[in-house]
Amino acid sequence: MSMAAEGAASAAAGVAGKPAGPDPWLPRLGRIVSRRRDSRDAWTLEIREQIPQSASFRPGQFNMLTAFGIGEVPISLSGDPAAMDRLIHTIRPVGPVSTALAQMRPGAAIGLRGPFGSGWPLRQAVGGDVLVVAGGLGLAPLRPVLYALLAGRERYGRITLLYGSRSPDDVLFHREIVSWSRRQRIEVHVTVDHAASGWDGHVGVVTTLVPRAQCEPQRTVALVCGPEVMMRLTVAALHAHGIPHEAIYLSMERNMKCALGLCGRCQLQSVLVCRDGPVFRYDRVRGLFAHKEL
Amino acid sequence: MEGLEGIIREHPFFAGLDERFIALVSGCAKNVRFEAKQYLIRHDEPANEFYLVRHGRVALEIAAPGHGALTFQTLGAGDIVGVSWLISPYRSQYDAQALELTRAIAIDGGCLRTKCESDHDLGYEMMKRVVAILVQRLHATRLQILDVYGR
Repeated sequence: MSMAAEGAASAAAGVAGKPAGPDPWLPRLGRIVSRRRDSRDAWTLEIREQIPQSASFRPGQFNMLTAFGIGEVPISLSGDPAAMDRLIHTIRPVGPVSTALAQMRPGAAIGLRGPFGSGWPLRQAVGGDVLVVAGGLGLAPLRPVLYALLAGRERYGRITLLYGSRSPDDVLFHREIVSWSRRQRIEVHVTVDHAASGWDGHVGVVTTLVPRAQCEPQRTVALVCGPEVMMRLTVAALHAHGIPHEAIYLSMERNMKCALGLCGRCQLQSVLVCRDGPVFRYDRVRGLFAHKEL
Repeated sequence: MEGLEGIIREHPFFAGLDERFIALVSGCAKNVRFEAKQYLIRHDEPANEFYLVRHGRVALEIAAPGHGALTFQTLGAGDIVGVSWLISPYRSQYDAQALELTRAIAIDGGCLRTKCESDHDLGYEMMKRVVAILVQRLHATRLQILDVYGR
């Protein structure tokens, strides 16, 4: 069974009255433990559940977070999957719910359902090189992957992170990126779209970093997350670099609402993003990218 | 000259170029180095030279009133700096500043343009290579203008 199928099956089991865990429709209560600014406009919340769950999550999965009285939104888990006593979510305020969530202070009550969805294919990456390409807030769903890769560093070949951001102030997890680069035996390249003088790093779109990746294309698994335009151009650059479409995975986080594959809001042709994704192998969703109507 | 020819032959911009053309290009080339903060190119000055970067990093900048210089791209080993030498009116459209010690091959744009005019096969090769770079940069600029990370 694929990871996506596993995720869908466990969610469906809960809905069908054979709960594999708590009722997937019912938000569990949590409390904000800490709130940290991780870029110019992104905030990371550490949450402890009132009744802690015993299961961990798979990198790439998301929770539905509730700001009580306002609404519920899907937010990727951005913390270490090995740290089971807390849930970490990184949020950029764009609408009323995410704004309310991002403003929550320690002690505030928060609702959560999940984790939902498929994860990044870490098993497929064992023994080969791993190329992680993130754009903007897309680094948040990929951070758990980096934690997992680093925890099992000896199982993988070369690990490379290519990260593109809007400006130096928008670089997410800046300190951690520096730490990964210096101490963790992974190759890190960061670029920004534009910068004032004083920034001595790379400037240019993230696709320009692809040729710098020191990986062996035929034995590389590429994991990509960011805005869809960025992902589309990144896939083209990865393919031009020699990485086959079957080895490229994307996270598409479109329009998810129920998270259980029932409401149909995130349906893209035959795909339900919340149930079958959000992580997809590129060749399985290739046709969905070009349709502006979807 | 043999050294220069070898470097030019190996540079990605000239990959696969006919040996006869390599010799013609090499006749317009010289080794140069720039210290950090030194300018390779100044905006609106005659585009007399372009550069094949061998080592180091170069920032392409546009001065914005009230904001100083804004860097819109950085280039490094394997890249070329300057395309205006081939495009009328042959004046630079931006500043290019070395961010660190940068070694490059400078190619006299006027010299190579004259050779392109007299040998259109060479001219076509140069045009194809410069157009490919311009298309790459156009795609990159589109992404930057879309400001995809800000949405």
